[in-house]
Amino acid sequence: MSSPTTPQSLDTDTIVAIASAPGRGGVGVVRLSGPSALHIARTLCGKTEPLESRAAVFCSFRTPAGEALDSGLCLCFPGPASFTGEDVAELQGHGSPVVLDRIVQAAIAAGARIARPGEFSERAYLNGKMDLVQAEAVADLINAASAESAQAAVRSLQGDFSALMNQLSADLVALRVQVEAAIDFPDEDIELLSAPGVTSALADLITAVGRIVERTRSGVRLTEGARVVLVGAPNVGKSSVLNSLCGEDRAIVTPVAGTTRDLVREQVLLEGIPVELVDTAGMRETSDLIEAEGVRRAQTAAQDADLIVAVHDLSAPETLEFLSQWLLSERSVQPAQFAATPALVIVANKLDCQDASAAGYSSESSSHGIASSKAMDKLALTYSSSTLRVSAKTGEGMQQLTEHLVGLLNGSSMAAGEGISGTDVFSARSRHLHALKECLAGLMEAQAGIQSQLGAELVAEHLRHAQAELGSVCGEVTTDELLGEIFGSFCIGK
Amino acid sequence: MAWMNDLPTTNPLRHPDQFDVIVIGGGHAGCEAALAAARLGASTLLLTQSIDTIGQMSCNPAIGGIGKSHLVREIDALGGMMGRATDQAGIQFRVLNARKGPAVRATRAQADRVLYRNAARGFIEAQPNLQVFQQSVVDLEVKNESVTGVVTQMGLVFSAPAVVLTTGTFLGGKIHIGLEKHQGGRAGDAPSNALADRLRALPLNVGRLKTGTPPRIDARSVDFSVMQEQPGDEPRPTMSKFSNADDHPTQVPCHITYTNKNTHQHISDGLDRSPLYSGKIEGTGPRYCPSIEDKVVRFADRDEHQIFVEPEGLTANELYPNGISTSLPFDVQMKFVRSIKGFEKAHITRPGYAIEYDYFDPQDLHYSLETKVIGGLFFAGQINGTTGYEEAAAQGLLAGTNAALKVDGQSVWCPRRDEAYIGVLVDDLINLGTNEPYRMFTSRAEYRLRLREDNADLRLTPQGFKLGLVTSQQHEQFLQERAAVDETTRLLESTRVNPDTEQAKTLEAASGERVSKSQTAAEFLKRPKVSARALSSLVPPSDLGADLDSRALEQAGIEIKYAGYIKRQDDEIARVKRHESIRLPERIDYASIEGLSNELREKLEDTRPASLARAARVPGITPAALSLLMVHAKKLGDQHQA
Repeated sequence: MSSPTTPQSLDTDTIVAIASAPGRGGVGVVRLSGPSALHIARTLCGKTEPLESRAAVFCSFRTPAGEALDSGLCLCFPGPASFTGEDVAELQGHGSPVVLDRIVQAAIAAGARIARPGEFSERAYLNGKMDLVQAEAVADLINAASAESAQAAVRSLQGDFSALMNQLSADLVALRVQVEAAIDFPDEDIELLSAPGVTSALADLITAVGRIVERTRSGVRLTEGARVVLVGAPNVGKSSVLNSLCGEDRAIVTPVAGTTRDLVREQVLLEGIPVELVDTAGMRETSDLIEAEGVRRAQTAAQDADLIVAVHDLSAPETLEFLSQWLLSERSVQPAQFAATPALVIVANKLDCQDASAAGYSSESSSHGIASSKAMDKLALTYSSSTLRVSAKTGEGMQQLTEHLVGLLNGSSMAAGEGISGTDVFSARSRHLHALKECLAGLMEAQAGIQSQLGAELVAEHLRHAQAELGSVCGEVTTDELLGEIFGSFCIGK
Repeated sequence: MAWMNDLPTTNPLRHPDQFDVIVIGGGHAGCEAALAAARLGASTLLLTQSIDTIGQMSCNPAIGGIGKSHLVREIDALGGMMGRATDQAGIQFRVLNARKGPAVRATRAQADRVLYRNAARGFIEAQPNLQVFQQSVVDLEVKNESVTGVVTQMGLVFSAPAVVLTTGTFLGGKIHIGLEKHQGGRAGDAPSNALADRLRALPLNVGRLKTGTPPRIDARSVDFSVMQEQPGDEPRPTMSKFSNADDHPTQVPCHITYTNKNTHQHISDGLDRSPLYSGKIEGTGPRYCPSIEDKVVRFADRDEHQIFVEPEGLTANELYPNGISTSLPFDVQMKFVRSIKGFEKAHITRPGYAIEYDYFDPQDLHYSLETKVIGGLFFAGQINGTTGYEEAAAQGLLAGTNAALKVDGQSVWCPRRDEAYIGVLVDDLINLGTNEPYRMFTSRAEYRLRLREDNADLRLTPQGFKLGLVTSQQHEQFLQERAAVDETTRLLESTRVNPDTEQAKTLEAASGERVSKSQTAAEFLKRPKVSARALSSLVPPSDLGADLDSRALEQAGIEIKYAGYIKRQDDEIARVKRHESIRLPERIDYASIEGLSNELREKLEDTRPASLARAARVPGITPAALSLLMVHAKKLGDQHQA
């Protein structure tokens, strides 16, 4: 097979991604590839002179602004004798995904961009670093990872992501049609740039894109690998379990049923794995309007979960019956866009209660207790779930619960095939969010431009840029399509 | 191919002169093609049905406009005649989008048809290496899948290894007025049916397009006093860098009037006899230049449509009412024209008509405009599915240049999308084909900010000089202007302006903006409301004259204002160039590529882009899809080698 003398790739930008598997590990690796890889690595290591090639150099990693991130080893592999055939640098830090993410963000600030799924392998192949057999795997990898990303994006951004993006794109086209028509057909009486229709359409778009960006940010779904949702009947102690997992008193815990009316979200690291814990309102039929809304949100959150922790109260058998009913209805209506059903863990809480002991969980003497225990096991069997008994109050069983959750999260790290890791999913989310932010920036520049009487062609350029960013997620809009819209919307022509 | 042996054998008379390039057709594409080939030193023959109609403007009497004037400037920067001919014939000049920014600013001129024809003929006759012959061409002579010459109506054979076909609407032309139809190349001229039949036998995809003209009106029967007058702009722009406003003939105004509800009623009443709406016309008309009946039907909520009343010339009484092209029956034309304000007593001198004609799918062309099936045969102009004098002329220049280069054994020249509107035009045609007459718009050019009227010379003249299209005198003028621009730019970037100085006060008075901090003149200029002219006090007059000085200042100002945007586009262009170098093999099976959406798969199957850059312009494409295509392309290549 031929080996090209110059690196041939889709882009000559420098790409960055977390290269190590997610979760708890001794060492985490951030990999850079591209013409600026060595320069960026040097910046992050705070070195002024070139780093030694093919040698592990101990450095402290910093943002371009000088803020300390981590310390670890830096390895430089100048091309073409590298994994991708390009200049490659690897920063090996401590395993925490949060820290690794900050290193990636720092690399972006220094000029890199987030890699597309499978892009390192893609570059390696295009530069003759892989043979044909491996290439088959690369194509599969890109394909699988893209599908994975799409699913990840749906989850991370909530709701029907692609429908939302297509709507935004259509709205932006409609706006550009106005601007482009005003430029190309000055003799027609087409609304001018500053016309209220244009400015309000632009303001609406900014609000819409801004809301998605904001929501994605506030959901903090970027640095986490999984969403764990706690469900259960009112007052079974979901909030206590959450607090116990978090190690701080965040959710309101009172003995009154229905306290948690809204969702409580908490970002925690469970053994190094970033997890978003979501506490839901106790699910029951309710006449309280505010609480009804909370219940509705809880159901939505459960549908959007990577892992569901179903909690019931050992001292109240009806709470297990409640779970059984809920699971029956919940599992029968799985939204089609989720290929996988979220994993389920059934947790029996309040192990400390007198009633619980009396019910026979401490001693297996009570027939009533055995019946309850059997009911839980049956439920677990039906839904391929695991069961754990804990006391959020005393902490008994909580360590086991944490370890169990970590085990599940590592096992189900969304690996759809060899080489695909949660980091690809992470980077997909990150790319989408980046595209949306760039789109938003373009829209806002267009808006500022109109206000400062910037030329129409420059406003149009900002809008074109915004569209191209959206297009990187949901597909290009060509000039020909734009013109088609213009001719359809206006009576053009002498 | 059977058709090749089927040449007329009666009286085969071979012309003794051997030519390098033969151009068929004396329209706007033909003129530029013949001139370009001859400028490159090729011995060139221009064959036309009628020497008297060389450079004829068969549609509206105007050159330029948004996107179109950009093409004219590029032709001008490459030594073509269109800009200079327009300056010799222009009777009203305007700058469109004057307040919208330099990239989309465009010059438009009304031209006197007779003066334009005279100017064109003057350029043709003054051109060394160029001969003209009046005779209709009926056949091509082809050997071994390469063209060797052409056969005229009288059986005369001209030999040349390259032929540029620029036959406009004449191939299979059919004219419609109401339900009446007859054959014609345009009103009053015979079509080229023999040649059309011969070409239809070639393995090329043929389609039908339609275009229309309005009825012409006798100016003496029109009441201008009730219309809005539209004078030309002062100071008067020129279309060519090599002209000045003194070259212009007498200037006259245009007028604007409107259709009304009565007009629309007459049109609606006549629709049953419209060839367009009764299915008589099969060709597709342009969506951006609809007939008046089309406008009335499609935009029924509009109470009026604008009409630009354009003079046909200084010595003609005819008017061209731009905006009411029609193929309705003549009695309907009479009724609706006379319902229009100012036209109440109008006398129609020529009825409006629609014309249908053959065009060849431009996807069968190379980027040089040479056909893929017959070596040495080039197509330019309306035959490729475009409309407009400017689009035709631009292709003519390119085809003529490449025909001459090919004959000379040199590599052809194909400007890219980021270099010229000519590049956008050809790339669009070849990449996407067209199913309506293709017209240029600035929105077709993604690098619009760099493809400006004002810098056409900077973009193209050095290349034109290298190819031999531009004379050394023209090149000298370019270099001198460029030096002036560079010097002005340097001055603006190095001159520091401090608040509350005399200098600052002068700038503030000229620009209306405050100098709030110490900054360079270039930085001050980047504010949206500050124009380059406001900085004229900073630039000392040179010995090149005030005219050139002010042009240089304006040019420098544009470059400074756009610098940030252009820089961002540069990255995009660099990426496209890399993508251009990644070829997608013909045999790629898009159906077998996992991960492409069905919609995208179909579009790729349809267009079969030759390179990754072209795939990147397929609607709905994403970066992930491009990655897949690239890996598959390389895989196919590797398998091929293995």
